[in-house]
Amino acid sequence: MNHVANPPKASNPPPAPPSLYERRKQIYPKLAHGKFRMIKWVVMALTLGAYYIVPWIRWPRGEGIPDQAVLADFAGEKFYFFFITIWPQEIFYLAGLLIVATFGLFLVTSLLGRVWCGYTCPQTVWTDLYIWVERAFEGDRAARMRLDKAPWSLNKAVRKIGKHIVWLIIAFLTGGALILYWHDAPTIARTFFTGQAPLTAYFFAGLLTLTTYFLAGWMREQVCTYMCPWPRIQGALTDEYALNVTYRYDRGEPRGPLRKEQGFEGRGHCIDCKQCVQVCPMGIDIRDGAQLECIHCALCIDACDDIMTRVGRPTGLIAYDTDLAVATRAAGGKPVYKLLRTRTVLYAVLMVAISALILVGLAKEPTFEINVLKDRSPPFVQLANGDVRNGYTLKLVNKATTARDTMVSISGLPGAEFEIIGLSKPDGAKEMELPLEQYGVDRFRLLVTAPAASLPHRSSLDITVLDPVTGESHTSSAAFTTAGAE
Amino acid sequence: MSDQHTEIDAHSGVETTGHTWDGIQELNNPLPRWWLIVWYISIAWALVYMVLMPAIPALPGLGSTNTPGLLGQSDRSLVAEKVAAMNAERGVASQRLMAASLTEIQNDLNLQQFAMEMGESAFGDNCATCHGAGGRGAKGYPMLADDIWLWSGTLDGIEQTIRHGIRHEGDDATRFSAMPAFGRDKLLTSSEIDDLVQHVLSFSGRDTDAAAAAEGSTIFAAQCATCHGANAKGDRSVGAPDLTDAEWIFGGEPSDIEATISNARNAHMPAWQGRLDDPTIKALAVYVHSLGGGE
Repeated sequence: MNHVANPPKASNPPPAPPSLYERRKQIYPKLAHGKFRMIKWVVMALTLGAYYIVPWIRWPRGEGIPDQAVLADFAGEKFYFFFITIWPQEIFYLAGLLIVATFGLFLVTSLLGRVWCGYTCPQTVWTDLYIWVERAFEGDRAARMRLDKAPWSLNKAVRKIGKHIVWLIIAFLTGGALILYWHDAPTIARTFFTGQAPLTAYFFAGLLTLTTYFLAGWMREQVCTYMCPWPRIQGALTDEYALNVTYRYDRGEPRGPLRKEQGFEGRGHCIDCKQCVQVCPMGIDIRDGAQLECIHCALCIDACDDIMTRVGRPTGLIAYDTDLAVATRAAGGKPVYKLLRTRTVLYAVLMVAISALILVGLAKEPTFEINVLKDRSPPFVQLANGDVRNGYTLKLVNKATTARDTMVSISGLPGAEFEIIGLSKPDGAKEMELPLEQYGVDRFRLLVTAPAASLPHRSSLDITVLDPVTGESHTSSAAFTTAGAE
Repeated sequence: MSDQHTEIDAHSGVETTGHTWDGIQELNNPLPRWWLIVWYISIAWALVYMVLMPAIPALPGLGSTNTPGLLGQSDRSLVAEKVAAMNAERGVASQRLMAASLTEIQNDLNLQQFAMEMGESAFGDNCATCHGAGGRGAKGYPMLADDIWLWSGTLDGIEQTIRHGIRHEGDDATRFSAMPAFGRDKLLTSSEIDDLVQHVLSFSGRDTDAAAAAEGSTIFAAQCATCHGANAKGDRSVGAPDLTDAEWIFGGEPSDIEATISNARNAHMPAWQGRLDDPTIKALAVYVHSLGGGE
């Protein structure tokens, strides 16, 4: 401000400053027909179908255990996925699954660009469904634009209200289906409407209803452009060989309206009909090249192929291609496509390796586990007769769906005797019976007594639990301390 | 810099805001308008929140507290509600605890686990201050995990000790005995006490002055054997400790023993009946019993 202390009064008022905020431009995507539109319908049917049907699949596991095939059971602290049951201490399997999924996403992105965005992202799928509903009530692009411009009438009100009601129903079904994954589906579906469901169920059903309605009905492409981090991240995952929805300017330019008498001599194949722009749910022009907004749904390919067929040109003016190939062709060279690249191979290898680790881990899954926790206070107890006793907490996880009797024994500590509080052991017996309840964690208090004279400050013993029926046995080592010399 | 002269930037094709500084121009990539609206809504929401919820601290006239908010939300009352809910939930399991005898609790593994968990937390809150974590004991406070007991180590005996305490005034059923303060009350002379100390040390096979110990043995028979027994094995009915083992609650050095004989110890433990509810006392008995020394 120091260089103009007193600006001279301008005779003309200065022009209005540019707006720093921009009103959303309403997009009216036109219905496309063709191969990719069909793929998108199929993917929508499969993903939405799976989302709504999966929680209803039953998978009997045994008495008293949830029989829902896919269930995140927070109350019971377990995660069920068909034949897999994940206990809290095995949560790393879920982490592994997420890592595999992440590398899967990296792999398809480095091969085919943003196919996740274009076909399977929930935002894309639900928006697609909402646009389908919109089209059913208000017609296709031109009719919708006309309706929005028209003054309010009964016809307009009925169409608009009908659309929003159906949107809200879909939104509620979306939020309602989500909670089915956290509770027994038939039970929660009933108690939800009788008012007995937990507050969290209502909260999340309500939240998902609202977000679905607003994000798929009102926000649409702005979610991808302004909110989603994935468009930014994917820039680091692709390279010049990743296939993207690309306008082949080497073939299309110079563009211009088609004149019957002129034909295609000395010009490009793009007739500038703007069909690719009209079908675009993001409201962009693919001919401007790769853009952050583009979700690569390939609907512009369908629209353009349709036109190319009609004007008697080969299809694929817009196609899955790379900028590098287009540039090479434009320069008269022969494009190279590389699917096998260091990064794609690496992603695939990592996916296979981590999946293999998970599968091996699950296959070797023991049917019970033993954990021994030594008392820290007091570290040992001097008995009246001079013997020393150490106390332990024995935690046993029984993953079998039936109760069973195991045998517990100790070894490695000469002259040691043991007892378990609340269970009787015949005097002098080397092992004793330990009943495990079905499918749960049992805690026992184990006391081990040994003549102190011969023992150093710290020695160790092994605690073995054996299932005599299956022969499965697990051993855990624990320290035994006395007042002896270090 | 404020002449608002906007132009289209040649490089990016984006309109400028007209702000320039040292030749650097600012591009105008407009924010979506709903973003601005969301910001305004957030501000409005913050105002609503401030009225509804506890918010502004230390206003004049409020002292050190804050505006309470119209909804009367308070974390203190939330905690109280949760404690009440937990007590109600625990009440159901506590009823099972009350219906079962102590032995039944210990032999029913489910009930035992419940009592152990409950007892462990109650022990940490109420008992560990003196008896130490896990009942490890301290000078003047008996270890609870060994097999040496002053009064009783059975489930019922432990429960009685917890319920009524030891030498607890105002509880008629409290465990009671009183060792005379032989020195302070001049029942024995100083040299008699020295002889007695030597004799007491001899019970647990310690090195002693044999002549003094012989003198002390007469005094022991006359003054101490009534409670501690002729063989010094103690008497649990009066809480008299066994003097022949290596365990000394108040220390086993000659000076410690002399102090004990001179002044008597007569330690106290409060009665917990009325301070803890019945299920908690029962759970504590099971827990202490299971520490290792239970009989």
